[in-house]
Amino acid sequence: MSTTTVHHHHQSEGNYSKLTTDRVGLWLFLLSESMLFLGLLSARFYLAGTFRPPELNQALGVGITSILLVSSLTMFRSEVAIRHGDQSSFLRHLLITIVLSILFLGGVAYEWSQAFTHFSPNTVFGTIFFSMTGMHALHVLSGIFLMLLIYRNGRSGKYSEHNHWSVEATAKYWHMVDVVWVFFYAALYLV
Amino acid sequence: MRTIIQGLVGGVIAFIIGAALLGIVRLAFGLSFWGGEASLVAGWLAFVIGWLLGVGVWEYWVREWFNLPVKKFEATGTSRYFTFCTDHKVVGIQYLVTFLGLFLLAGLLAMVMRAELMAPGRNYMSGATYNNVMSLHGTIMVFVGVAATVGAFGNYILPIMIGAEDMAFPRLNALSFWFVPPVAILLLASVFSNGYDTGWTGYATLASSTREGVIFYNLAFFTVGFSSILGAVNILTTVIALRAKGMYWGRLPIFVWASLGTAILSLIFTQFIALAMIMSLLDRVAGFSFFDAFAGGDPLLYQNVFWFYSHPAVYVMILPGLGIALEIISVFSRKPLFAYKWAVFGMMGVVVLSALVWAHHMFTSGMDSPLRIPFMITTELISVPTGLVFLTALGTMWGGKLILKTPMLFALAVIFNFLIGGITGIFLSDVPVDIQLQDTFFVVAHFHYTIVGGGIFALFAGIYYWYPKMTGRMYNERQGKIQFWWMFIGFNLTFIPMFWAGLNGMNRRIADYVPDLGNINFFTSMSAFFLGIGFLLFVYNMAVSLKKGEVAADNPWGGYTLEWQTSSPPPLENFDTPPEVVGDPYGYGEPDAKHVIFPAPAATD
Ligand SMILES: [Cu+2]
Repeated sequence: MSTTTVHHHHQSEGNYSKLTTDRVGLWLFLLSESMLFLGLLSARFYLAGTFRPPELNQALGVGITSILLVSSLTMFRSEVAIRHGDQSSFLRHLLITIVLSILFLGGVAYEWSQAFTHFSPNTVFGTIFFSMTGMHALHVLSGIFLMLLIYRNGRSGKYSEHNHWSVEATAKYWHMVDVVWVFFYAALYLV
Repeated sequence: MRTIIQGLVGGVIAFIIGAALLGIVRLAFGLSFWGGEASLVAGWLAFVIGWLLGVGVWEYWVREWFNLPVKKFEATGTSRYFTFCTDHKVVGIQYLVTFLGLFLLAGLLAMVMRAELMAPGRNYMSGATYNNVMSLHGTIMVFVGVAATVGAFGNYILPIMIGAEDMAFPRLNALSFWFVPPVAILLLASVFSNGYDTGWTGYATLASSTREGVIFYNLAFFTVGFSSILGAVNILTTVIALRAKGMYWGRLPIFVWASLGTAILSLIFTQFIALAMIMSLLDRVAGFSFFDAFAGGDPLLYQNVFWFYSHPAVYVMILPGLGIALEIISVFSRKPLFAYKWAVFGMMGVVVLSALVWAHHMFTSGMDSPLRIPFMITTELISVPTGLVFLTALGTMWGGKLILKTPMLFALAVIFNFLIGGITGIFLSDVPVDIQLQDTFFVVAHFHYTIVGGGIFALFAGIYYWYPKMTGRMYNERQGKIQFWWMFIGFNLTFIPMFWAGLNGMNRRIADYVPDLGNINFFTSMSAFFLGIGFLLFVYNMAVSLKKGEVAADNPWGGYTLEWQTSSPPPLENFDTPPEVVGDPYGYGEPDAKHVIFPAPAATD
C-alpha cells in the first residue's frame, strides 16, 4: 500500500481521510452550537413555564416553519445533485434554498414588528421570544452568507462530484439551523 | 508586528463601522446616533471581526473563498511568534507566553489586594478600587486557568505525543489563539472605564446596575469562549483522527486522555457562559428582562447558567494538570503508570459528574431547599473518580526509585496541594457547613489550593518538564529546586492561614475585616509577597536558560512517550520518519518494553 501525498495525514490510525477529519470537526462544532440553543430552550421553561400569549400569530408561525422545512429539503436536493455531478440542479436547488431562507427571515421580521406591540422585551415572554428568535435568525443569516458563498463559487465550477466538502458542510449547518427551529417553534408557539 | 498592526487597524475600522451601523438603525428608530453602552457592544463585536480579518482570516480564508490568489506571509525565526502561524508548536508557545504574562499581571493585582489587607481599616485605596482590583484579578486568573495549560501543552505536546504532524485544523488552531489578544486589550481597557466591581462571577442583578465597566467583563468572557470552543474542536478531532499507526485508545498517554476530557468539557459547556454573558448584556443594554424580577425574570437564572459552565470550568483548569502530574510521576519514579485504565475511568467520571453539581455554588442563594441535598451528594461523589487519579499517582510511586528533579517536585506538590483543596471541598459541599462558610476566606483558600496549588503548580511542572524539548536548552536545576521550595513554602504559608481567617468569619471580596484578624492577615500578606517573588525567580531561570542553558539532549529524562523520540526542539511536522506505536507508553523498568518504533520508510512511488 503506498502512502498518499496528503500533507497532514501520513499513516494515521484507521486511515482517516482529510474529508473524514473535516466531518468529525464539523459534527463536534454542531454539537457545541446546539448547547447554546439548549440553554435558551431551558431558559424559556425556567422563566415562563408553558405560558404563551394569545397574540402570537399562529398562521405566520406555521407559514415560516413550513418555508424553513422545505428549504431543508431543497438544500438536501442540492447536495445530492452535486454528489452526482449535476451542476445545474445543484445551483437551481441552492438558489431556491437561498430564496426560501430570505423569505423566512422576512417572516420573522414581520412577526417581530407585530410582536413589539404585544410583548416587548421588557416583559418576560418578550425577553424569551426575542432572544430565541433573534439568536436563531443570526444563525439563519450566517447560513445565508455561506450559501451565497458556495453559490458564487459553484457558478464558477469550483465543486464537482468528488470535491464538494463546502457544500456538504453548509448543508449540515443548514439542517441544524432547521432542526433547532422545529424545537423553538414548538416551544414558543405550541406548548 | 505586521500581523498585530493589521489586526489593530482592521479592528478599529470595524469598530467604527459597527458602531455607525448601529447608530443608523438607532436614528431610524428616532434615537440618538451614539447609544453609549449599546454602541460599545456593537463596536466591540465588529472590532473582533476586524481584528481577526486583519491578523489572518483575510489571508488564510477569505481570499480562498473568493478564489483570489492566496499570498501567505510565512515568517521564520522569532518573528513567527508574532504572526498568524499554523505550526502547532508556535501556537503552543504563543499561548504559553501570553498567558504567563497575564498570570504575572493577575499576580501583581493579588499583591495589591494583599497590601490593602495587611492591616484592618482602609490603607491604600478606596473600597471601590479594591473591588475593581479583586474583579480583574479573578477574571484574568480564570482565563489563565482555563486556557494556559491546555493551550500551551495541548497544542505543543499533544500532537507529538500521538505521533501527528500537526493539529487536525492548523488554521483554526492559529485562529483560536488570536482571539486572546483582543480579550487582553479589553480587560486592560476596562481600567480606563473605572473598572467593574462584580468579581469574576458578574452576578445579576449587580451586573445590570453597576458601572459600565461590567460590559467589558461580559464581552471579554464572551469572546474568550470562542477560543475555548474552537480549541476543543481541534483537540478532539486531532485525537480522534490523527493518531499514529498503532496508537490505539488504550495506548494514549494519560496527558492526552486528560486533554480529551478537558476538550469535551469546553466543547459542551462553554456555550453556557456565552449565553450567560449574552443574557446579561441584553438585560443591561437592550432592555431585556431575563434577570429582572419586577418584569417576571429571575436573578437565579443567571447563577444557574453561569455555574452550569463555571463548575465544569474548574475541571477544565485542573484535568490537564493532573495529566501532566501523572506523566511526570511515572517517568521520575521509573515505574509504569499504576492502574492506567482506572485513571482514565476516573478522568471521564469527573467529566460526566461535573455536569451534575453546579448548584453547590448556590446553597445560600434562595434556591429550592430540598434540591440542595442531591447537589450535595453529587458533589461529594466527585471525590470517587478524583480519588482514582490520586491512587494512580500513589500506586505509581509505591516502591519506585523517585528522582526528585524540579518537574517531579512540582508534580508531587500538585498531588499534595490538590489533596488539601479536595478535602476542604468536601466541607464546602456539605450544606450546613457551606451556609456558615459561604463567601468567607475559607472558600478563597479552598479554590486557590485546587486551581493554583493544583493547576498552576502543574503548569510549572509541565514547563520544567518540557522546557528542554521546547527550547532545546536545559533550565538551571539548582535554581529550579530553589524556586520550587520557595513557591511551595510561600504558597502554603499564604493559603493555610486563609482557612483559619475564613473560619473566624473573614468575608471575601471586602476591603476590610474585624481588627482581631489583623495579625493573621499581616502574616498572610507577608507570605503572599514572598510567594510573589518566587515567580520572579522562575522568570529569571527561564529567561537566562533560554540563552545560556546547556544544550538539551533529545530525551533528557529517559521518557518513553513520543515527544522524547524526536529532536529538541522537534523539526517542522515533528518526525523525520513516521512513528509506529507498538506498545503502551509507560513500560519503565520492564526489560523489553517498547512504545514506538520508526520503521524505515517504504519506497515511495
Ligand atoms: Cu463547583
